[in-house]
Amino acid sequence: MGTILEQYAKLQAETKERMHQRMKAHQIEIHIGDATCENAAGSLDVRDEFEKLIEASGRSDIVIKKTGCTGRCSAEPIVGVMQHGKPPFKYQSVTPEKVRRIFTEHILNGQIVLDYLLDKKTKNEYRYQVAFYKNSTFCGAEPFDAMEVAKAGLHKAGLDETAVKLSLCLNRGLFISHCDVQYYMIVFPQIVRYRIRNQADLDRVLAGHLVGGQVVTDLVEEEDALFDRYLTTYADIEFFSKQTRLTLRNSGIVDPESLDDYVFYCGFGAAARVLDGMTPEEVVAEVKKSGLRGRGGAGFLTGLKWEFAQKAKNPKRYIICNADEGDPGAFMDRSTLEGDPFSIIEGMIIGAYATGANQGFCYIRAEYPLAIQRVELAIDKARKAGLLGKNILGSGFDFDLEIRLGAGAFVCGEETALMHSIEGRRGQPRIRPPFPAESGLWGCPTTINNVETWANIPVVFQYGADWFARIGTEKSKGTKVFALAGKVKNTGLVEVPMGTTLRNVIFDIGGGIPGDKTIKAVQTGGPSGGCIPVEMLDTEVDYDSLAAIGSIMGSGGMIVLDEDSCMVDVAKFFLEFTMSESCGKCTPCREGTLRMYEILERITRGESREGDLDRLERLANLVKKTALCGLGQTAPNPVLSTLKHFRDEYEIHVKEKRCPAKVCKKLIVYEIDTNKCIGCTACARVCPVNCIAGKPKTPHEIDKTKCIRCGQCWTTCKFDAIRKI
Amino acid sequence: MATTMIHATIDGRPVEVEAGTTIMQAAETIGIRIPRLCYHPKLSLEGACRICIVDVKGMRFFPASCATKVTEGMEITTGSPEIRQARRDIVELLLDNHPMDCQTCERDANCELQNLAYQLGVRERLFDGKRKEFEVEDSSYSIVRNSEKCVLCQRCVRVCAEVQGVHNLSQQWRGASTVVAPAFEARMIESICINCGQCINVCPTAAWVEKSWTEDVWNALNDPKKHVVVHIAPSIRAAIGEGFGLPPGTPTEGKTAAALRRLGFDKVFDTNFSADLTIVEESNEFLKRLQNGGTLPLITSCSPGWVKFMEHFYPGFIPNMSTCKSPMSMHSTVIKTYYAEKAGIDPKDIFVVAVMPCTAKKYESRRPEFMSADGRPDTDAVLTTRELIWMIKAYGIDFLHLADEEFDHPLGYSTGAADIFGTTGGVLEAALRTAVEMATGKELVDIEFKQVRGVDGLQEASLDVGGTTLKVAVANGLHNARVLLDRIKAGETFHMIEIMACPGGCVGGGGQPYPHQGEYTIDFDLYRKRAGALYAIDKDKELRKSHKNPHVLELYKDYLGEVGGHKAHELLHTHYQVRAPRGI
Repeated sequence: MGTILEQYAKLQAETKERMHQRMKAHQIEIHIGDATCENAAGSLDVRDEFEKLIEASGRSDIVIKKTGCTGRCSAEPIVGVMQHGKPPFKYQSVTPEKVRRIFTEHILNGQIVLDYLLDKKTKNEYRYQVAFYKNSTFCGAEPFDAMEVAKAGLHKAGLDETAVKLSLCLNRGLFISHCDVQYYMIVFPQIVRYRIRNQADLDRVLAGHLVGGQVVTDLVEEEDALFDRYLTTYADIEFFSKQTRLTLRNSGIVDPESLDDYVFYCGFGAAARVLDGMTPEEVVAEVKKSGLRGRGGAGFLTGLKWEFAQKAKNPKRYIICNADEGDPGAFMDRSTLEGDPFSIIEGMIIGAYATGANQGFCYIRAEYPLAIQRVELAIDKARKAGLLGKNILGSGFDFDLEIRLGAGAFVCGEETALMHSIEGRRGQPRIRPPFPAESGLWGCPTTINNVETWANIPVVFQYGADWFARIGTEKSKGTKVFALAGKVKNTGLVEVPMGTTLRNVIFDIGGGIPGDKTIKAVQTGGPSGGCIPVEMLDTEVDYDSLAAIGSIMGSGGMIVLDEDSCMVDVAKFFLEFTMSESCGKCTPCREGTLRMYEILERITRGESREGDLDRLERLANLVKKTALCGLGQTAPNPVLSTLKHFRDEYEIHVKEKRCPAKVCKKLIVYEIDTNKCIGCTACARVCPVNCIAGKPKTPHEIDKTKCIRCGQCWTTCKFDAIRKI
Repeated sequence: MATTMIHATIDGRPVEVEAGTTIMQAAETIGIRIPRLCYHPKLSLEGACRICIVDVKGMRFFPASCATKVTEGMEITTGSPEIRQARRDIVELLLDNHPMDCQTCERDANCELQNLAYQLGVRERLFDGKRKEFEVEDSSYSIVRNSEKCVLCQRCVRVCAEVQGVHNLSQQWRGASTVVAPAFEARMIESICINCGQCINVCPTAAWVEKSWTEDVWNALNDPKKHVVVHIAPSIRAAIGEGFGLPPGTPTEGKTAAALRRLGFDKVFDTNFSADLTIVEESNEFLKRLQNGGTLPLITSCSPGWVKFMEHFYPGFIPNMSTCKSPMSMHSTVIKTYYAEKAGIDPKDIFVVAVMPCTAKKYESRRPEFMSADGRPDTDAVLTTRELIWMIKAYGIDFLHLADEEFDHPLGYSTGAADIFGTTGGVLEAALRTAVEMATGKELVDIEFKQVRGVDGLQEASLDVGGTTLKVAVANGLHNARVLLDRIKAGETFHMIEIMACPGGCVGGGGQPYPHQGEYTIDFDLYRKRAGALYAIDKDKELRKSHKNPHVLELYKDYLGEVGGHKAHELLHTHYQVRAPRGI
């Protein structure tokens, strides 16, 4: 063991000692999400309320722990109650009022408040909860269905579903490093992890633990710091258990402001191992072997990118973390920055070592003040602990990190524009080549990766490239975080292995479409992506398959559209975004998106001209083929993909001047259903152009020639008597 | 090192080019000039307009040929229907956001956008829509910006930064709202613009033009109470002919003098006279500094762009600057004092027009230092070479067939030393012809200082003057001036330096004729030809040293008194001021 690992071991031992002391003193930990989203949902008030109640109770063994966000947006603020020897309980949409009940009933008196539980999954207090994790890379003989076997076995022993809750988790290949293990099985509340190779193993656990109450020690898997805490905290909730969290392994679990928390869960272990025993060439080879591709959107092989920089001639190099997350509706990177900033720093230390950089920059958009604060604090703490700066962990390797703020331009997510911005120049892209790996910041070789990519690096080195490469598809390895939004029940951050189908993500994890609506399309990749029609929902999500159907992975936006979404309007929405975010440098993007937008405006206002669809398509292809940078080249994707899959909808707008989804205001015709109208006169009173006539208590009528289609009558009518046609 | 040769095909034809050659350059080797707009051979590659796109087999997108290097085995198509349609559409997109006022535009028939639209066959408008609207920005004395005509090729941004080292211009806002302007959209007059006009020279459209003073001149010419006097800068005679189809480098002083008389000027003088006068004063200033341990190097101050640049960025060099006014301002002063007195005309009734290769001269004429006590400018109007060409054409003067005429004397007489003021190195050479002779007291026989000739950015020479070694240098293009001044700041010693703002000196000035279709400014071959005309005039002259100009000597004798004396100082010298930002 070299001195670097010794130093790291010492750091970890000290941390563990501190953490164990703390755990001993804390009977109950209340986890409260502290991230921009959680705060916006009211988590700060929730914390205040808990603080007051704790103080009033005089209990020093009840403590509050700050965590990042779990990515379960629609249920925030989320509060977790962690108690030794009990399963974790999570409450959703907590308010100060709810806090009072949770505190009195659950924390002080041990009575779980069932009404508030997250996803209301835990209806009863089960004797046991069991989660199975199937190993997708199982190579042994005798595959069997653990759920069936367990159900049957328990039934025979007289334990039914009210006593033991069974669930099968979707995680594929996760944390299973032995291919002869068929299932991992976690038993709550004891939180014991079993290795199940065959049916005989399962039978022994059923009989020994679930029936007999004794832990079957020889089948117990030792603690795996990276994933256990996540699974043990969230495995009982489908939204989480069906995910595979590598990037978000710590988000919502560790205290993002605590270096102790990060180190306790093996943080900086990967960096220590790299600095201790690997040459930069070996590091690059390992990343190449892992198959990790850039998570920023283009999906370039990270290892290859590093290799270019490593082999560059100029000895002065830089590395950059692109944290200029700008897609509307995307917040994957914010969650990591706010919830697990140390993982980015660790990834960058490894990247800097591999590419020979001694200086790094973290380029964060200024609209993320909390993320900036967290990363700043993390840098400061890492520096004080000798994990950044001169001679990291006694390795002789120097690396330091600075934050640069983006001024709010989407195009600064493009690497050359981002570097211009760091240099203090106008953030606009330049022609490549030369690529940054050859000539980047101030002309020096520069390695630039986004937040998610950096956060994955420590995982690759903790578990090895071979392990990492087992997750995902042939050409897209690992997982991808998506920001699931739109017409879906469970909105939030979803991390799944590459190759998971859209249907899995939307229906299994996202919980499907709210109301009795039907899904129409999925938009992936943000403003640079495309719309995927419902017939293609079984597409396995990876870089290449999404590109093949006219969309892109992008940074991970995923917006679900239902029957109430107008595809022309969706295309117009994204195009308006790229049009106004175009830097203005190249003609096709600057002028082309403007004209495309004008055409879409005309179409959605019923003013389209002869040949507008052909013109739109011609411009879209022009911009795609000739724009200077990725922003322009992908800007037409929302238009092209909707034209391809939903051309009929465009044609109805153009030819019939009608919007089938009834979204385009100017195309909606309002009519009064004389059977439903009771003549209350409310509509006539709000109509700004006085085009609604009728005597009180008799059905009214709209003069369609005068109607300006503002929709106020429709909003006002309490009797559902106004119809959109 | 042997150069690696790269083999590729362009439109099916094999090409062999050196490694590093761009597709655009490679295409030229087989006689294909790929249509282009933002490209400029003397500026960095932007790849912004996307008109020079080509189809390269295996590439998903159409790369810009100006910025893409040929690689081994590349299969390039430059003129497929798809490429031609894409180029056509891109040019139409530019036109769609461009005012449709070609017929009344300053650049009509000499506009790169117009040419492209014609060449590429934009015959119908498919994507017409809303146009951008901007006010014309005409706060500057020299330069007018019409952002509605801007195609955002960024040539002006690049020339301002890369050639002139000023960095005044950049794009503001983004997307379709993008506009080129000084930082924070400051007004040009309040910006660090040095008024050199190189932005006008490189602009493919009329987004940048000089502020036209022709109307003032027409009005003065038609005002019977005004005695309208004109004088033309040395470099005008070397370039004005191009405006009438003459080959570059054709000397046309006789025709120019004749044309000016046709326009109705009462007196046609030559700024050259005061170039000689400047040399006499400046050589005296130099020798005094040399002998009395004054601040050296002495730096010339003829170029108003350079002067303002120095005031903004190198104000530490104010003590080094020659206090001599520029020849234009000296001449106008002499006209309104000496000439007015001699001719018995009230200076208030004299309207002085200076024809300059320069837009910054318009600004110089409005500097308070060059105004009389009652606020009247010494130079009432400044015209660029281009403006004079327009006026001659507008009047219907058949320039090409005019018989040569002489300038009016005495203020139209000059030595050969004055003619070469119009090219880089000329002022220094003229000064040396006088200073060396004065310093040694011996007649200088070999008067051509070829060490300081040449249009390249920086020239240096060491001269033996009566046993003393003089180190001199010449810089043109202010980026080169920065290099030289930084060396001096770092401790290098020079005795005398000439700095001209524009590349090539005045022959490359911001007011010179626009390049012909398919040609570019900052073309040193062109500047060499223009300079050649000046050197030829110099060579043909009997007197080639400024201090031998009999009319200059007469001026001292009759009016100014001693060289460098009190009256000379009062009338012929000036001072400078520190301007923000200081000493960046």
